[in-house]
Amino acid sequence: MRKSLAVIYVFLVSLAAILAAVGIGAFVLLILGADVVTVYRVILTEPLKDLFGITEILVRAVPLILVALGIAIAFRSGILNIGAEGQMQMGIIAAAAVAIALPTLPKYILLPLSLLAGALGGALWASIAGALKARLGVNEILSTLMLNYIAAQLYGFLLRGPMIDPAEIQMGSGTPQSVRLPKAVWIDRIIPGMRLHYGIVIALVLAVLVYLLLWRTTWGFKLRAAGAEPKAARYGGIKVERCILSAMILAGAFAGLAGAVEVTAVHRRAIEGISSGYGFSGIVVALFGGLHPAGIIPSALFLGLLLIGADMTQRAMSVPANMVLVLQGAVILSIISAKMFINDPYARDRFYRFVSRRGNEPH
Amino acid sequence: MEQASERPLVELRSVTKSFPGVVANDCVDLVLYRGEVLALLGENGAGKSTLMNILCGLYRQDSGEIYVRGHKAQIHSPKDSRRLGIGMVHQNFKLVDSMTVLENIILGIEEQKFVPDMKKVKAEVLDLSHKYNLKVNPEASIWQLSVGEQQRVEILKLLYRKADILILDEPTAVLTPQESHELAKVVHSLRAEGKSAIFITHKMEEVMKFSDRVMVLRKGAVVAQTVTEATSPAALAKMMVGREILFDLDKKPFAPGEPVLVLRGVSALDDRGLPALKDVDLTVRAGEVIGVAGVAGNGQRELAEAITGLRKVKSGEIRIDGKDITNKSPLTVIKAGTAHIPQDRSSVGAVGDMSVASNLAMKQYRRKPLSFGIFLLPRRIAQMARRLIETFKISTPGPETRVKFLSGGNIQKTILAREIGACKKLLVAVYPSRGLDVGATEAVRKQLIAQRDQGLGVLFVSEDIDELVQVADRIAVMFEGRIMAILDSTSCDEETIGLLMAGVKTP
Repeated sequence: MRKSLAVIYVFLVSLAAILAAVGIGAFVLLILGADVVTVYRVILTEPLKDLFGITEILVRAVPLILVALGIAIAFRSGILNIGAEGQMQMGIIAAAAVAIALPTLPKYILLPLSLLAGALGGALWASIAGALKARLGVNEILSTLMLNYIAAQLYGFLLRGPMIDPAEIQMGSGTPQSVRLPKAVWIDRIIPGMRLHYGIVIALVLAVLVYLLLWRTTWGFKLRAAGAEPKAARYGGIKVERCILSAMILAGAFAGLAGAVEVTAVHRRAIEGISSGYGFSGIVVALFGGLHPAGIIPSALFLGLLLIGADMTQRAMSVPANMVLVLQGAVILSIISAKMFINDPYARDRFYRFVSRRGNEPH
Repeated sequence: MEQASERPLVELRSVTKSFPGVVANDCVDLVLYRGEVLALLGENGAGKSTLMNILCGLYRQDSGEIYVRGHKAQIHSPKDSRRLGIGMVHQNFKLVDSMTVLENIILGIEEQKFVPDMKKVKAEVLDLSHKYNLKVNPEASIWQLSVGEQQRVEILKLLYRKADILILDEPTAVLTPQESHELAKVVHSLRAEGKSAIFITHKMEEVMKFSDRVMVLRKGAVVAQTVTEATSPAALAKMMVGREILFDLDKKPFAPGEPVLVLRGVSALDDRGLPALKDVDLTVRAGEVIGVAGVAGNGQRELAEAITGLRKVKSGEIRIDGKDITNKSPLTVIKAGTAHIPQDRSSVGAVGDMSVASNLAMKQYRRKPLSFGIFLLPRRIAQMARRLIETFKISTPGPETRVKFLSGGNIQKTILAREIGACKKLLVAVYPSRGLDVGATEAVRKQLIAQRDQGLGVLFVSEDIDELVQVADRIAVMFEGRIMAILDSTSCDEETIGLLMAGVKTP
């Protein structure tokens, strides 16, 4: 009886959260003067109508999964990494630089090397915030967020200066982009004519590895303990500072890898806007997925759907695609509120009382 | 009793409250008259706190009725209960550390003006504090006060709000013998003024000392009710746990061996950067229990933390089993064979958001049976957890239940199960029986002695002098970070220890 009540409670709270998120979105759409029902219908169903839409969802899901896995490791270890966007850009730069510098290497060396460089770039960037937190107790939310700005400037500077395609200077157009990456570094596409690439395999394999790491290894045990109760972890002989640093490095590596995969599989040259907010959306995906790989994959697919759907509504109904950002914000707020309700024993108690009172009434 | 004819002040009629998996209160009837002190006695998880939380509006009963002053009361929130004149002093005080006593007292009073008249408040508070013998400086900030003084502030807070039904949840758990003696006086003067109190405890002596009537709860139900005068501690203990409790523990004769823990001139700072340990010398030998007596906050916690590697020492040297572990990492100390039952069990001793099994594995997951290389072996961990849950009678729905859902006593049992298992040379136990019921306390004491009998050194910090005398071989008394004296437990008396705890050295 109690158990089923608890399930019903969680279900109702989750339902209310979803409705709230949809409701906030609807409210904004109404202000924009759009046809709410149609917009939602287009966002949620249009992308699923053809192979192109579905593959594009998967293309969006790859960086989202990778970033979210890193975020999950960090959050589980008690460090809130808001800097995936910047870490991703550093990953793009590092992966592209290696690929451009060593164009003659064979694919089986260059591609892994380039991906590794991307991961290292992200890791290095994240380690700044991690070290500041571990050594000096600097708030990681602030430091990672600020490092995003620095990374964005650095990224822009490199693409306009040292890494710009010489052709752009010759032609005088000056578009901030690197040369096209050598073919040896391209991640292959799976279906001819579609952008879907083998990066999805990398993402799925890593999802399994992250699960194993966090729940099946002694190292993951340390990270989770350090994240859940640092004082108790320290008492248990765990070096909490080291956990914080390594979790942050790992999170950065995942974001950097996401960038490396994007640049080698989708864009094939470093241009502006590759990260396009994946670093932030990845946080939403991670939270929505319950900081667990098994939740992150579906939630990345869902967010991919929203992103493509929003693109389509923009084209079809002149509703700005940035609407998705509003929805993302609403989703974050609803998840956090729902979690508060689910974990609040008093709220739960009130619900039980309400139900049992109803149940006890004669009519 | 002349009260019996009177109309009860508070009456609970068949109050029932259940939580997932447990019935916390099962048809409890309770009556409280004006001007009486009712002791509510019971083991951990007997439902005492739940019952009182219902009365002060934190929980709502599933069924049953509450009458206050003869009227049926609907208590939906703490506000409702406050309006009815009910006030509770919780085990963890609800005070704002950085604010003064006066500010804390008026905090949350709705009728307060936007700019409160502090002079008037102060006069009223001083008046109350004088009347009930609750001495405290009204201008002091809470963080400057001792635990005993903070408790007085809590009581003043209730009196200022004109509460006449006071609920005290294990008020003596944090007090020195002298302080709890003072508290008894306060409670008696409250009663003399016609106030009523419900006194939650699991110590029989306190029932005898504080109360007029006693009600015993076991597994959520009332098992006995009697006038205090008509009963005895032994009878109460039996009612509480449903079996006879042996108050004397069997101990092998004292046969100490080599020193396992040696401290030489150890000094350390507390969290605020003030000296907490001053030049401490202490030796614990194999096969002996050294008791550390002292009022909380006189360096006991820092002592335990310095030994276990959780706190850096400024000077001095600490050796465990001959190995210098001064300022080494907690892991080094653990590997040297040290187990530690920390003072703060919910945030240091256990990870609330992890499962019972994970918490039980917290110190051994790195090692062989529980892991292989870098891989954890969840099945072995679950196996080990089930075994310890059985051995230490931890009541939990299962090994995968998160620790934060267990009661305080069961969290402590979880820690105990883990630490006793991991102990090789030295056991550092800080208030291990605090907040535990008679049965669990007995189990803890027996374990400490069992460890001693097996040839381990035990450092046992406690505030309960009876307990120290009973368990320890020698007792070190701490005051303001110093060890005042080390006494032989067979030949020392409570009086001397009490004075040393207060910093008075007798010639």
